[in-house]
Amino acid sequence: MFTSGISKTTSIIIAILIVAVVVGGLYYYSTVTAPPKFPTKPITFIVSWAAGGGTDRTARMIAALLENMTGWKTVVENRVGGGGTIGHLAMATAPPDGHTIGVITFELSTFVWMGLANVSYKDFKPILLYNKDAAAIIVRADAPWKDAIELTNYIKANPGKLKASGTAKGGVWDIARIGWLKTAGVDPNALPWVPSTGAAPCLQDLIAGGVDICTCSLPEAGPLIEAGKVKALAVMDDKRNPAFPNVPTLKELGINWSFGTWRGLAVPKGTPDDIVKILHDALKKVIDSPQWKEFMDKNGFGMAYLPPDEFAKFLENDFKTVGELLKAAGYVQ
Amino acid sequence: MSLYDALQLALQPNVIFAVIIAEFFGVFIGAMPGLTATMATALLVPFTYFMDPLAGISMIIAMATVAIFSGDIPAVLLKIPGTPASAAQTIDAYQLGRRKPASTLGVDLVCSALGGLTGSLILMFSAPALAEFTSNFSTVEYFWLTLWGLSMAIVISAEEPIKGVLGVVIGFLIASIGIEPVYGYVRFTFGSVELLNGISFIPAMIGFFAIPELLRQISRPHERYSIQLLKGEKVFDLVVVALKKFKTVIVRSALIGTFIGALPGAGADIAAWTSYGVAKRVSKKPEEYGKGSLEGVVAATTANNAAISGAWIPTLVFGIPGDSITAIALGALMAHGLRPGPMLFERYGSLITAFFIIFIIANLLMILIGYLAIKLSTNILRVPRNILVPVIAVFCVIGAYAVNNSIFDVWVMLVLGILGYFMGRLGIPIPSVVLAIILGPMVEFNFITSLIKSDLNPIVFVSRPIAIGLAILTIFTWVLPFIRVRRIRRST
Repeated sequence: MFTSGISKTTSIIIAILIVAVVVGGLYYYSTVTAPPKFPTKPITFIVSWAAGGGTDRTARMIAALLENMTGWKTVVENRVGGGGTIGHLAMATAPPDGHTIGVITFELSTFVWMGLANVSYKDFKPILLYNKDAAAIIVRADAPWKDAIELTNYIKANPGKLKASGTAKGGVWDIARIGWLKTAGVDPNALPWVPSTGAAPCLQDLIAGGVDICTCSLPEAGPLIEAGKVKALAVMDDKRNPAFPNVPTLKELGINWSFGTWRGLAVPKGTPDDIVKILHDALKKVIDSPQWKEFMDKNGFGMAYLPPDEFAKFLENDFKTVGELLKAAGYVQ
Repeated sequence: MSLYDALQLALQPNVIFAVIIAEFFGVFIGAMPGLTATMATALLVPFTYFMDPLAGISMIIAMATVAIFSGDIPAVLLKIPGTPASAAQTIDAYQLGRRKPASTLGVDLVCSALGGLTGSLILMFSAPALAEFTSNFSTVEYFWLTLWGLSMAIVISAEEPIKGVLGVVIGFLIASIGIEPVYGYVRFTFGSVELLNGISFIPAMIGFFAIPELLRQISRPHERYSIQLLKGEKVFDLVVVALKKFKTVIVRSALIGTFIGALPGAGADIAAWTSYGVAKRVSKKPEEYGKGSLEGVVAATTANNAAISGAWIPTLVFGIPGDSITAIALGALMAHGLRPGPMLFERYGSLITAFFIIFIIANLLMILIGYLAIKLSTNILRVPRNILVPVIAVFCVIGAYAVNNSIFDVWVMLVLGILGYFMGRLGIPIPSVVLAIILGPMVEFNFITSLIKSDLNPIVFVSRPIAIGLAILTIFTWVLPFIRVRRIRRST
């Protein structure tokens, strides 16, 4: 052997010492050195909905802008299925190291109540909220009601006569209807819900005379409002939508109710706070950028922002409200 | 102004580039016997998911347009149709090709382009008007319309209606897996989370249209073809003479093709057969048909390309696909959030006009790329099968996986592929199955929501004038096969 001068025992001791120093050093650097180097690999955005859909497009825009602004590599992964449960479950169970960001959507507030999957806001640490679209009350342009109050009174006086639509049973616009009527002191069953596969087919059915009311968002109804085929009686928001300044809020009319769909970013529960902060600060710059504003305007998505702590409160509230309303409507088994 | 926007959209470099790539792909797919335009669409769609909608849909349009022409290349050179749409004219085309292969293909190419252009123009002018009309449609009208579409799938596409019915029932069964859309009941998932959203459409399409064909290729003994070599003639030699001689045939065939293409369940193959049949019946020289009639070739090849464009009319206006290619393309449109119907024209007016411009571009560009294809045809036909089949199999797996990043979808693709292979052997038409997968849920959904609106009163289905018209049309379609059978019996 070439180590003829050193005995076997000595060489083993030296080897052990070297290993100890290296391991100890690595351990030291990994625990004490702060802040941690982040990110160390590409950041994956998980989307629970199909490629090309609204949520997917916003996620791809955020990922592209983040890559541009920070130089971090980003990947968007669509985990579609189970009415959004598969993707949300994948986000919640990803390694909590900040390299997997979930694009969480309104449906997260419904899974537990509808008995679809045991995943809720409790499994996440929120980063920020980036989109909110409030529900609006849309009727045909020649409808006889002057405002939402008249309509509400008509529904109360003629239960079951009018039909509303906008999304699936227990979907966001259905819950908006239940909340509106309940707050106004009307039995939600006085305005039966006709399930539809989305706002577009519902709006068409509205024009064709198949249903009487759509409770979808203002941007979705925008082109038809401009074309003079439908009109919006009220929007279920805290303040008026700047793009539709003539549409009053329900609160202005005395019905204290606001509700809508939302999209946000979150990481799994166990992610360290300093990583959440790094992500939040980088992503805040993204949603403040002019490119993002242009994209959101062009696609008719409502811009919004809530920082982590407020987003957490918002999620908790949304979850409770949705649960109460779904119970009130008899949807919770 | 909208036209200007549309031109700007359609002439983007990435869109034009996608069209050119797709045309080369289409030439190849169409020319390979056994590889169909439908199969190529199924393989292409997963890639279009990750492109912008215009470029993605343009690829499908351009690929299908060229593949239907290119299917005539092996018909002329090998006496084997490249795609089913070329079957009607194969014998005539081959007989002509024995004397003048290149110039026969030249006439073929120009007539295909003319058929495609006519179909595109009809699409351009009729679709927006029809869409305006359908804005009066509620779920009741849609119920009848989708039911009629399904009935057509049975009556037209199957030689034996009972097998068409079987296909539709299998399609219904596949489509009913998952969360039912009205009340949210879970059906046929056997506790599987993956099945909650139902069978994914694109993996199912790849399974149904690609795997059975690959299995057939494998199970067939190795065939050696004797390829007709091109002689030293010019490709466009006969074109001017043929266009002058057959101008009425071309116009009539283009109209027949567009109309048949627009009927749900009938595609380019049925359009070609129908047009060929009509041309033979009214021809001055019917004795030439089957022995190398250029008139017959012109009639069939014009009609099949017209049908490709015509099939998009009901697809864009009603969301009811006109053939299997548009059935798959419909899945791609929906994935991009482009839901067919009047709202599509209202909201994405310039995008739709851009699609129409792409149709025109694709058909014009086909003359150039088709010319190259004719020149290179013998080389294309020599690509070895034993390499091609495994390569396509790999693309099937990648495509099925890529749409949702799901291994489960790969299994879906394989299982349905094997099912499709055996259905093919039993003569159950796969297009009927696919149409049922698309239209089945629509029929059910419109039926139940209409009943909810009327508080369960079935009178709602005949309570509106358009609905009554559509109901009569549907019932007439059901009665049609019986009338036909009686007539055949009387004549024998």
